[in-house]
Amino acid sequence: MDDKDVLIHITDRDGVSHQVNAPTDMNMNLMEVIRLYELAPEGTLGVCGGMAMCASCQCYIDSDHQLPQISDDESAMLGEAFHVLDSSRLSCQIPIDGSLSGLKLTMAPQE
Amino acid sequence: MIKTDILIIGAGPTGLFTVFEAGLLKLKCHLIDALPQPGGQCSEIYPKKPIYDIPAFPEILAGDLVDNLMKQIQPFQPGFTLGERAQSIQTLDDGTFIVTTNKGTKHHAPIVAIAGGLGSFEPRKPPIPNIADFEDKGVEYIIRDPELYRDKDVVIAGGGDSALDWSIFLTDVASSVTLVHRRNEFRGALDSVEKVQELKDKAKIQLITPGEVVGIVGEKKLTGVTIKQADGVFEKPCDHFIPLFGLAPKLGPIADWGLEIEKNAIKVDNTLDYQTNIPGIYAIGDVNTYPGKLKLILCGFHEATLMCQSAYKRIFPDKRHVMKYTTVGGVEGFDGTKKQAPKAVVKAIN
Repeated sequence: MDDKDVLIHITDRDGVSHQVNAPTDMNMNLMEVIRLYELAPEGTLGVCGGMAMCASCQCYIDSDHQLPQISDDESAMLGEAFHVLDSSRLSCQIPIDGSLSGLKLTMAPQE
Repeated sequence: MIKTDILIIGAGPTGLFTVFEAGLLKLKCHLIDALPQPGGQCSEIYPKKPIYDIPAFPEILAGDLVDNLMKQIQPFQPGFTLGERAQSIQTLDDGTFIVTTNKGTKHHAPIVAIAGGLGSFEPRKPPIPNIADFEDKGVEYIIRDPELYRDKDVVIAGGGDSALDWSIFLTDVASSVTLVHRRNEFRGALDSVEKVQELKDKAKIQLITPGEVVGIVGEKKLTGVTIKQADGVFEKPCDHFIPLFGLAPKLGPIADWGLEIEKNAIKVDNTLDYQTNIPGIYAIGDVNTYPGKLKLILCGFHEATLMCQSAYKRIFPDKRHVMKYTTVGGVEGFDGTKKQAPKAVVKAIN
């Protein structure tokens, strides 16, 4: 683990848990980390590329981390997403930084 | 039967640019796309988003990129089968192909170029139990003929432009229109939101927000929906339920064409010409995969260019062909137009 990495706990759509190292210095977001580790089949996550214009990267945040506020775009998209819970976020809208260390998330079911 | 040289499946940027490169080689193209307009994701998902990595365009809106591509390929008079999904493919004895759409339109070509992006766009279907049983029995994801709703009670769900615009439109057709959205805020264009507000104030649209359709009521045909709100669940009788949650791409029937699929994409030979495991069928742009693949529009343009050279050799195996620069050869359209660099003026000095 690089000292610039943070450890993220990800439960995939099959319920399998993964602990992955996410780099904080690569301008990445959570959706890209999930893709980096190939935890969802290609074409089923981050379909819009990370513009908050689809809900394919929806996840549920299972820990108490302080995350960036939900933007209007993200809020509107979540308003039309399926399987939404109070803990829902679009993972493409959460940049990786040191504050995410130990974050736990579960990927929402594929639509 | 539509006949062409290169049948392109997918009218996104890569598919459109293929028409240009093929045109330089005097090959005619026809495009099939499930969407009613060309442009693929650029038109459907993010037309107003700027793209910054198109060579020589420091910044260009996705919608403008599509407009420019359409202008660029105009001299080559491509044909379009829009609003239809390429469904099945048949290889004839001579190695040419017949591709049939979901509406039965047949296309015949010696070369098929799949430029299908992430797949054809299909309506997003809400996860309501038993909704599939009522499809076309009161549940429609796409409005094909508004007359179907004349004097009917209609419930629409969604918060984007399509939900707002159809709610507005159907107030003049349907007996009643109810719009259900999980939020109080709508994502659609401001004037559409204001219009819905006005129609709501005039009691022409019943707005149920925040609310969610969670169930379908009916036996053989839909007779109502169940709507959940903060204070409980209630039944709303209606004749039609139209969930309008936008579209999402699915690889769809192409996955069953006998092509080698890896990571939800079509494997191609990137060392040569982006041909698939079936000779004569190529896959270019976001739909393909190979070691080091990047899903970028500019990579799709490159793949389309090499693919057309290979297609030419396949169609005309005995012809000797040399790639020509447009600065030298100009662009000679099938419509009789010719663009050419002006000749230098040589003047003698006396």
